[in-house]
Amino acid sequence: MKVRTMAEMMQSGETPEILFWVGCAGSFDQRAQKITKAFAQILEKVGINFAILGKEEACTGDPARRAGNEFLFQMMAYQNIQILNGYGIKKIVTTCPHCFNTLKNEYPELGGTYEVLHHASFLQQLIDEGKIKIKEGGDFKGKKISYHDSCYLGRANDIYEAPRKVLEALDVALVEMKRCKSNGLCCGAGGAQMFKEDEPGEKRINIERTDEALSTGASIIAAACPFCNTMMTDGVKNREQENAVAVLDIAELIAASME
Amino acid sequence: MFKNPLVAIMHLVVYAGFIIINIEVLEIVLDGILGTHRLFLPFLGAAYGWLINAFEVLALLVLIVCVVFLVRRNIIKLKRFMSKDLNGWPRSDANYILITEIVLMALFLKMNAIDQVLQTRGLEHYRPTGEFLISNQLTPLLQGFSSEALVVFERICWWLHIAGIFAFLNYLPYSKHLHIMLAFPNAYFSRLDPQGKMHNMVSVQNEVLYAMQPELAPTDAAPPARFGAKDIFDLSWKNLLDAYSCTECGRCTSACPANTTGKLLSPRKIMMDTRDRLEEVGKNINVNKNFVDDGKSLLHNYISVEELRACTTCNACVEACPVSISPLEIILELRRSLIMEESNAPQEWNGTFSNIENNFAPWKFSPDDRDQWTAEA
Repeated sequence: MKVRTMAEMMQSGETPEILFWVGCAGSFDQRAQKITKAFAQILEKVGINFAILGKEEACTGDPARRAGNEFLFQMMAYQNIQILNGYGIKKIVTTCPHCFNTLKNEYPELGGTYEVLHHASFLQQLIDEGKIKIKEGGDFKGKKISYHDSCYLGRANDIYEAPRKVLEALDVALVEMKRCKSNGLCCGAGGAQMFKEDEPGEKRINIERTDEALSTGASIIAAACPFCNTMMTDGVKNREQENAVAVLDIAELIAASME
Repeated sequence: MFKNPLVAIMHLVVYAGFIIINIEVLEIVLDGILGTHRLFLPFLGAAYGWLINAFEVLALLVLIVCVVFLVRRNIIKLKRFMSKDLNGWPRSDANYILITEIVLMALFLKMNAIDQVLQTRGLEHYRPTGEFLISNQLTPLLQGFSSEALVVFERICWWLHIAGIFAFLNYLPYSKHLHIMLAFPNAYFSRLDPQGKMHNMVSVQNEVLYAMQPELAPTDAAPPARFGAKDIFDLSWKNLLDAYSCTECGRCTSACPANTTGKLLSPRKIMMDTRDRLEEVGKNINVNKNFVDDGKSLLHNYISVEELRACTTCNACVEACPVSISPLEIILELRRSLIMEESNAPQEWNGTFSNIENNFAPWKFSPDDRDQWTAEA
C-alpha cells in the first residue's frame, strides 16, 4: 500500500478528500503504528483518497500545553497551522483523541479552522453509509468486549456513542465497566502524565482501570486512543492477563473484520 | 450536573422550602414591625390556610431531608464526607447548617401548633385560621399547659425563629452554605465550550507570532505581565466565584482518578484552598486598606507542586460538579505559573519539552522517521 503525503499530492495537482493526522504515538510508537496501519488500510479498502503530512507533521502541542508550557504549545500550533493552511486543508481525521481535541477546539482561535473528526466518528459514518462492510461471522462475533472511554473523546468532546456504534457493527457482546461514558475513569496518561512517573500514591491509575476492565470478564478491551491503549496494555501485563485479554483499537477490530 | 437524582430531589425540597417559606418570613417580619399577628390573614381569607399548609408541608419535608443529610454525614459516613479535606471547621460547618435548619423548621411548626391551641381557647389575639395540616397533629402535646404559659412559649418560638433566620443569613457568607446563593449564577456563567478546550493565552500567542514574523510586532509591544496564576489575583473572576460556590460535597474528589488511587491531589481541596486564600487576602485588605504583600501565595503556601503534578486533566471533577465548578482551570493556570515563571518541571517533562521542540514529538525520535510506518504498511 502506498500512503501519499500532501507534498506528493500537491505535486501531482491532486486534492485529497481527507488529511489523516497520524499523531506522534501513531507515527513512532510501535504498538500505535499498528493502529495507524489498520486505519490506513480501512481508508484504502473503502477507496478514500487521503494523504498524510509525513515528515511535515509535528506534535500538536497538547502535552506541552497541559503540562503548563504554553510557549511550546504556541510554537507547535503556529508551525502546524502554517503547514495546514498552506496546503488548504479542509477536513482532518485523526486516530488520537488528544490531537483531535487540540485541532478541533484549540487551533481555531489561533487561525486554524478545519473540519476535524476522530476516527471513531469517521468509522461510524462509513459504517452507516454502507461503505464499510463487515464480513459474516467475523472473528469477534459474540465476543465479550468492554469499551474504555478516552477522556479527550468522551468528557472533553461528548463522543460516547460513535465508538460503541462501531463495536455494535461487529456484532460483539458489549459489556460496560462500572465507570463508563461521562463517569468513565481515566487511564492515567492525560495531562502529560504519559511522559513522567506517577506521583506517590497507593496504586497506579492504569492498574485501577485495568482491574475494572478485567472484572467485566471481557476478552477484549477496546480503546480509541493510542495512549489509553498503552496504559491498558501495561495494566493487563501487570496483572499477567496478556494471554487471556487483548487491548485493541476500534480501527484494528474493524480492519480485521472487513469483507 | 444531575448525576445523583435522589440527592438532587432532596436538594430541591430544601431549596424550595428555603425560597417559598420566605413568604411566611415576610409576614413574620411585618408582624414584628407593625405589632400585628398574622397580618395576611384578613386579606387572604381561606387562601391563607392553604398557604400555611403548603409552608408546613415544606417545613416538614425540609426537616426530614436535613435529618437524612445528617445521617449520611454522621451515621452512614459516606466516604467523601470522611475525607481529611474536611477535618476541623468544614465538617462542623456542615453539621451546624443542618442542625440550624432543623431547629428553624421545628420552631415554625411548634409556633403554629401553639397558635392552634390558643385559637380554640378564644384568645383575642389568636384569630381562627382553620386547622393546619402538620402543626395540628402536635396540639395534644400542648393541651395541658395554661394559656399564659402557651403565649410565652409561642412568643419564644416566634422570636427564636426570626432571630435564627437573621443570624443564619449573617452566617452564610462565612460558610460553605453560601452555595445556596451562588450556585445559580455560577451555573449560569459556566463555560459553554467543549470541556477539552483550554483557555488560550493571547499574550503568549502574540509573543510567538512576533518571534516568527517580526514584521508584525508593534514597536511598543509590552511583554506579558505574568504567565499563569501564582495567586488568586491572577485567576479569573469565574475561578473565584467557583471557589465561593463550592459547598465541599466532594463529588469531584471521589471522581478524581489521582485522588482515588491515593495521590495527594483533591479537586475539592483546590477549591477550598482558593477560597481560604481569598479570605486571607480579604482580611489583609480590611486591615491595611490595600493588599500588603504577606509573602504567601495560593501556589506553594496552599496548593503544593505534588498536588498539581498528579492531575491527568481528565475532566472527571468538572463533570462531577453539580454547580459547574472547574477545579481543572485553576490547576492548569497554576501549572502554567510553575513551568513558565519558575521553570519548575520534573526532569522527565523537561526531556519531553526538548523532544517536542527539537524532534517535533514527545519522544526522542528523528523527525525524518515520522513516516517510516508507511514503508511497512
